[in-house]
Amino acid sequence: MNKDTIAAVSTALSDSGIGIIRVSGKEAISIVDKLYVDTKGEHKLASFPSHTIHYGFIVFEGHELDEVMVSIMKAPSSFTKEDVVEINCHGGVFVIKTVLDAVLKSGARLAEPGEFTKRAFLNGRIDLSKAEAVMDVISSESKAGLDNSLKHLNGNLYNRIRKIREDVLYETAFIESALDDPEHFSLDDYPEKLLKKISKLKEETDKLYMSFKAGRILKEGIKTVILGKPNVGKSSLLNVLTGEERAIVTMIPGTTRDTIEEKVRIGDVYLNLFDTAGIRETEDIVENIGVKRAREAAQSADLILFLIDSSLSIEKEDIEIYEYVKNKNIIVLLNKTDVDGVVSRDDIISSFGECDVIEISCATGAGIDILTKKINEKFYLGNLKADNELVITNLRQAEELRSTSSSFENVINSINNGLPEDFYSIDLMNAYSSLGKIIGEDVDEDLVNEIFMKFCMGK
Amino acid sequence: MSDISKNQWTETVDVCVVGAGHAGCEAALACARLNFDTVIFTVSIDSIALMPCNPNVGGSSKGHLVREVDALGGEMGKNIDKTFIQSKMLNMSKGPAVHSLRAQADKSEYSRSMRRVLENTDHLTVKQAEIVKLLTENGKVTGVVTNTGTTYFCKAVILCTGTYLKARCLCGESITYTGPSGLQAANSLSASLIENGVKLRRFKTGTPARMDKRSIDFSKMTEQFGDERIVPFSFSTDPDSIQKEQVSCWLTYTNEETHKIIRANLDRSPIYAGVIEGTGPRYCPSIEDKVVKFSDKDRHQVFIEPEGLYTNEMYIGGMSSSLPEDVQLKMYRTVPGLENCKIVRNAYAIEYDCLEPNQLLPSLESKIIKGLFCAGQFNGSSGYEEAAAQGIMAGINAAQFLRGEEPLILDRSEAYIGVLIDDLVTKDNREPYRMMTSRAEYRLLLRQDNADLRLREKGHKIGLVSDEEMKITLYKAEEISKEINRLKGVIVGANRRVCEFLNEHGSNELHTGVSLAELLCRPELDYEMLAPLDPNRPVLSKDVIEQVVINIKYEGYIERQLQQVHKFKKTEKKLIPADIDYDDVKSLRIEARQKLKEFRPLNVGQASRLSGVTPADVSVLLIYLSQKKD
Repeated sequence: MNKDTIAAVSTALSDSGIGIIRVSGKEAISIVDKLYVDTKGEHKLASFPSHTIHYGFIVFEGHELDEVMVSIMKAPSSFTKEDVVEINCHGGVFVIKTVLDAVLKSGARLAEPGEFTKRAFLNGRIDLSKAEAVMDVISSESKAGLDNSLKHLNGNLYNRIRKIREDVLYETAFIESALDDPEHFSLDDYPEKLLKKISKLKEETDKLYMSFKAGRILKEGIKTVILGKPNVGKSSLLNVLTGEERAIVTMIPGTTRDTIEEKVRIGDVYLNLFDTAGIRETEDIVENIGVKRAREAAQSADLILFLIDSSLSIEKEDIEIYEYVKNKNIIVLLNKTDVDGVVSRDDIISSFGECDVIEISCATGAGIDILTKKINEKFYLGNLKADNELVITNLRQAEELRSTSSSFENVINSINNGLPEDFYSIDLMNAYSSLGKIIGEDVDEDLVNEIFMKFCMGK
Repeated sequence: MSDISKNQWTETVDVCVVGAGHAGCEAALACARLNFDTVIFTVSIDSIALMPCNPNVGGSSKGHLVREVDALGGEMGKNIDKTFIQSKMLNMSKGPAVHSLRAQADKSEYSRSMRRVLENTDHLTVKQAEIVKLLTENGKVTGVVTNTGTTYFCKAVILCTGTYLKARCLCGESITYTGPSGLQAANSLSASLIENGVKLRRFKTGTPARMDKRSIDFSKMTEQFGDERIVPFSFSTDPDSIQKEQVSCWLTYTNEETHKIIRANLDRSPIYAGVIEGTGPRYCPSIEDKVVKFSDKDRHQVFIEPEGLYTNEMYIGGMSSSLPEDVQLKMYRTVPGLENCKIVRNAYAIEYDCLEPNQLLPSLESKIIKGLFCAGQFNGSSGYEEAAAQGIMAGINAAQFLRGEEPLILDRSEAYIGVLIDDLVTKDNREPYRMMTSRAEYRLLLRQDNADLRLREKGHKIGLVSDEEMKITLYKAEEISKEINRLKGVIVGANRRVCEFLNEHGSNELHTGVSLAELLCRPELDYEMLAPLDPNRPVLSKDVIEQVVINIKYEGYIERQLQQVHKFKKTEKKLIPADIDYDDVKSLRIEARQKLKEFRPLNVGQASRLSGVTPADVSVLLIYLSQKKD
């Protein structure tokens, strides 16, 4: 079905320097065979049996590029059901890119995002919901994000959704039994009972939906902007954040939707720092650039870190900046440059109104742990991890959850407006079908079967 | 076996209809009324339009079918309007989509009245004979042969054999090889169909006992009355012409004692003893099934219904059974009011040959034999109304076939009939199929009250609905839309008089002017109530007002269903090439591939409804089709 052979780095490029290049397609073996030589200097990849791994080197145009392990998986016993070769490189980000380049020059095409999974799906290797979870594994960048994707595959989400679905189906079947056989089933007092039940289900659905927002953050990181007047220590903060854990991740184009200058890990999540170049450039320039940045940040950021120097009193400009961003998730960081600063937490609150203030020291790194905790709190991440709760990370699934929730809302409205019972089942079945789409199951004969199984019908 | 080959007599007609039950009658009438020379065969002239089970027509969702048959120009609605003895609109406390008419019939009158209609329809011949053979040539129907050896040559055959094919009745250890009510079974046709490549299977159904009214103590039961104002089934019946005195039904219950007797004798039930091989319906369980499967229920309802005005026989609804006679007597006599009951006819189960309906096109024509149409219980459905609905469609499409015109196919968004036939020909039905409102996805649009507005035009175009009837429907549609527009345009001010009026009716006051339509949307207000605020209101019929109110009150819901229909129609329009090779569609799951190969759906919508085809399979199919196009 797919004639060309595709290749891509199948692990996130990171400083660790280890990365896997996956090649899939009819020509996968012959293409890599051109590049791979074993310890005796021979090209013998094609003769190796399936599911074996081999030590050797990648040599291109006379240059040895890297020392590698190459594994070979022949069709159809591979992830894509095509011939697959994986090259384990060790030489760092630059070398991995060079090896990939060599593979591409030898006849493979760069895979589009998710194309391996798409092939696995099209070739009948995995079903739709698994395909989505795999995509999530691939695109997940943080540790917590990865854990969550794995849970999808394990069916946790499946079980939660299924339970809600079962409840919806039971109630619908009861209503339908009463409609089809009014002389056997009475719906007296039923609406109140249903109202309680559906409110509970809606709450649960909303919780899952909220977890999507948190899940997106776990996966993609938090869009963060650092604001503050010139000379308050923005670049020092940046250095503390990026330097402390030595966890700068060079961004690979296409892995997120936005251009981010720096990616910083803080606890288990990433902060995607915007306009960091701006911070360094403007640090010494005395002009009213802070306000302009605040305006822009207010539009796009998930999180704003507003830095204030405790040695400089709060000025009109600080309040002006704060006004632009106060409706956002904002944390005010009070940078203690010396012990006897002129600005205290109370001063900030009396100038800005109620807000989150954390005292830190850009010099020593003190207070960063409190900041980490605060961020987790603000994005509901703490709760999620505390009870090991499952999160939704897939946009399509989130959309279906939202539509489920609004179907429940419709049912609640119908009950409150005194509409007849048959109207409830219209929205209940919509909810049932939306939930089914999340876990890849259809409505089909479910309702009719449930009616017959749970309720005694008929003449 | 007698030698019938010496009879060389032949006749030539256009259409042969095999069976004169509810499907056969509608099919034959449709063909004859469309001027095709039609013969209808029945094993007994006395069994035309026989009601061998429950003595009523309609009920939840079945009432919708009767209305739709009527709108298309069928006979069932008119016939029950002439012969009912009690009538009730069910589900009146619920939404308009599930209101459903049900009428108790005088069984004998119903049958005789239909016979009179058949006998007096031009181009229609009624013939008492059993059909033993189907004649085909090069995959085309050429005729049928009767048990007496006469050959009827024809271009189309409509099979409506009901429960008669190789029928077998069971009552405990007693087994008789007859059709319903002891009528002659049709034992030869099955073999001829199999010879022609038709696949048959075995289904089962059952009926409760009939009792002598004089032996029942009604004082221990609850009386069930008919409606005060009777609503006719047929859009052509004048409501005033059918208001009459009605008879009552009665309600009583089984109890622990009844259940004990049943449990103690399960080994003598042919179903539980494994004697019955056919599959029975879950929605119409025998009392044995109810007691076994719902053991937590300490009682089950029993409805006692008259079989007609001409007889003392009473139908014991809710207690069908195949237990032996002695157990039946013991069990029935535990029910309050039935302590001294005398059984006129025993309850029994019946097994019969029927078709695997996935061999049919949505037109109800066979996929392998041109000119062969099938309808009714033979297609694996159950119920008089389901039979009639298929009957009229098979009749119409046989006529269309003879005219060389496209078949009339109603889709799931147009009629319950569409849902019924689509379910039959695409889904894997493992039991006799009954219509239910929950099967209709777009039921808010498919109401029994608007069947005429939905379908009369189609019936008129086919030729079964007269110009006169069509004119009435068009006028009604126009009045409805005029009145809806008027109500949307008339604005009521937020003045004191209006606010006082609203207060009086428990409705919130106004702050700005609103239209009458907006007021009508409030659940606590109705059309009648609003009269004082609406002095220029035209005089309209009840039917028109009903439509106006439904359309305004439920506009949001109706709008949502229309959007769903729009989506549905899109997948229905995605055609699958007839020569598609499903082996070439790589990632289909094996089960889906088998189902698609077997059914060969015409479009993606139909494919998506096949059991065993998941949404993921549909995605795969869509991707494949779009790649093929490039």
